[in-house]
Amino acid sequence: MESFDFPFFIEVLVGGLLSGIMYSLVAIGFVLIYKTSGVLNFAQGALLLFAALTFVSLLERGVPFWITFAVTLAIMAVIGILIERTVLRPLVNKPPITLFVATLGLAYVLEGGAQLLWGTQVHGLDLGIDDVPYVVGGVFISTFDLFAAAVAASIVLLLTIVFRYTRIGLAFRAVADDQFAALAIGLKLPVIWAAVWIAAGFVALVAGLLWGARLGVQFSLSLVVLKALPVLVLGGFDSILGAIVGGLLIGASEKLAEVYLGPFFGGGIESWFAYVFALAILLIRPSGLFGQRLVERT
Amino acid sequence: MKHYGAKTLLKGAVLSAVAAGSFATAAIADEQFFPLQSYRVGPYAAGGTGFFGGTIDYFNLINTRDGGVNGVKLTWEEGETQYEVERGVEVYERLKGRPNIAAWNPLSVGIAYAMIDRITQDRVPLITVNHGRTDSTDGRVFPYVFPLLLNPYSETSGIINYIASKEGGEEKLKGKKIVVLYHGSPYGKETIPIYELLKEKFGYEVQQIEVPHPGNEQQAQWLAIRRYKPDYVVLRGWGVMNPVAIKTAQKTGFPVDRIIGNVWSNSEEDVIPAGDAAIGYTAITTQASGADYPVLQEIVKTVYDGGKGNLEDKKRIGSVYHNLGIVNGILNVEAVRIAQKRFGNRTLTGDEVRWGFEHLQLDPKRVEELGAKGLFHSINVTWDNHEGDGLVTFQQWDGKKWNVVSDWIAPDWKLLRPIIEKSAEAYAKEKGIKIRTSEDADKVTELQGTASSAKN
Repeated sequence: MESFDFPFFIEVLVGGLLSGIMYSLVAIGFVLIYKTSGVLNFAQGALLLFAALTFVSLLERGVPFWITFAVTLAIMAVIGILIERTVLRPLVNKPPITLFVATLGLAYVLEGGAQLLWGTQVHGLDLGIDDVPYVVGGVFISTFDLFAAAVAASIVLLLTIVFRYTRIGLAFRAVADDQFAALAIGLKLPVIWAAVWIAAGFVALVAGLLWGARLGVQFSLSLVVLKALPVLVLGGFDSILGAIVGGLLIGASEKLAEVYLGPFFGGGIESWFAYVFALAILLIRPSGLFGQRLVERT
Repeated sequence: MKHYGAKTLLKGAVLSAVAAGSFATAAIADEQFFPLQSYRVGPYAAGGTGFFGGTIDYFNLINTRDGGVNGVKLTWEEGETQYEVERGVEVYERLKGRPNIAAWNPLSVGIAYAMIDRITQDRVPLITVNHGRTDSTDGRVFPYVFPLLLNPYSETSGIINYIASKEGGEEKLKGKKIVVLYHGSPYGKETIPIYELLKEKFGYEVQQIEVPHPGNEQQAQWLAIRRYKPDYVVLRGWGVMNPVAIKTAQKTGFPVDRIIGNVWSNSEEDVIPAGDAAIGYTAITTQASGADYPVLQEIVKTVYDGGKGNLEDKKRIGSVYHNLGIVNGILNVEAVRIAQKRFGNRTLTGDEVRWGFEHLQLDPKRVEELGAKGLFHSINVTWDNHEGDGLVTFQQWDGKKWNVVSDWIAPDWKLLRPIIEKSAEAYAKEKGIKIRTSEDADKVTELQGTASSAKN
């Protein structure tokens, strides 16, 4: 019998955890919107595509990196405000399913708009980080994935500071807790929603650049939401910590499953395994590992 | 009130008659229609815009330069599929009633599979250049399906022959380890049996690993590859799977010059997103890239300078997908031209065009006359061989462009043919299809969409 290759196991595990961080980056964008408005924003992947395509198209026209970043961020802010004005505001007090369907439509508009504006061509994106492996004790670790993990950690830290120590963060939390109570104390919901969509646009830009550097900037970027959904189910739709932990668990479990269980199923199982794993957790904890449990009086 | 004299009225009447005559002539002018199930948005838009752009550019060249094929104008209409089977079938249903359909060119295995029964009923050819169902090569069973130039089994044989040539001969393949990394789709799985079969012949070891669609995450697969330590990895990808494979290979320390891409992993769109990681990557192709060929120069001069070019970005002229589209255009047009020699210079029925495809024999001399010398080698389609023995070559990416690194290589058709026939015969048995003879193949239907009027 073949002996267990422990270094290889560690390599798969570390690779999975680092991939999971990339999923978390996308999931955080969902959490931000869900937390403050109760909407599952299906357009997050399209926002990511729009941001990355805008960024790379400006960069290719010779605009310096940081100016491109600032201009793209500004464009994402304008899109966030427009979404609040044209989609969310007219649908205030409508059932969540209506808002979900609205974001589904929004996804098509953003995807089509991005391609109409910038074309359908595939672009390379070089962020200046070599993706050569970093070898630790015979285990290969991706330099790029380490960088992505550091970026994700910075975003979580930044969001934690904003949520905990700023007035707008306090307002976010108040709205997340109880929209009607927040309205009663004079908070302006439209302003808060616009702000949170801008924040989601920022997260989409960062995630879009990292995923774009990995995959190339192309339409398939919008499909990375499929990787974020099991993360959200597992971690909970309204918890940033849940998005991080969920990402790590999904990333590690799907990679280990692909390597160790895949051969028994003919391979290629990681895409559905993540959903099966999340579903199993859902049966035990319907709100996910970190999601807020709903308590309703009957 | 103004009064007109008799002379003026007569002049007017004559002019009206002439105008009406020209209109009538225009209305009944011979046309050959190509419905195009294209994809210009969605995940595979880069391939779709290049391929369909190339085909349309060639049609435009023929119309503008030659006034059509022997006076028969080429017309077309696009229907967006986003590479989705349901949409492809929807476009088929919408356009199938149009008169004068010459052939369908969906550039999608899924859509092609969904159309086989339908187009066989309609008696209109279905062209799957460089892809499609391998056993549709057997024209005895699949009279209307044409996997022109290269079917998946020939592609596999060509790749193995190339690896053998790199290693110094077929005998050197014995004991070599090969991994096939394939797209988790019917297209990706098509070659699983043939790699196993060629293993028996050449004595190499093979491990075939699936990447789930769309292929934007391959860490686990490449770690497994690293552990297996193969001599070569054959990349049978599509879309985003290709650059991710090349980048993940670099991330896991696998040398890129040991990766051989298949015919749908050979475009600029597959390597540019991978950046420097793709330098040294090699892939098979049936048509060279570049815009130096006379036919491309004519397209630039006649079509693009005339403001009729289909590609928005002129930098893509001569790219892999664009050139494949042009070659596809050449094959479609020449099939019509060959059929016209038998049936006359007029609009043809789908079945007559099928006959043209079954006599599509373009030797290197004819390819040169068409301005395509070096762009592709030759084709020799017959009533029972619908692939046409296309030769392949290999190209290597230098960071800016593809460079040809091999001669034209012939797949092992003799080895493959019995396997193809066996599979096709099993299909015929399952579907209750009568196996055609050459006499059957020579009969054609004069009316489109019916089987009532056969002509010897």
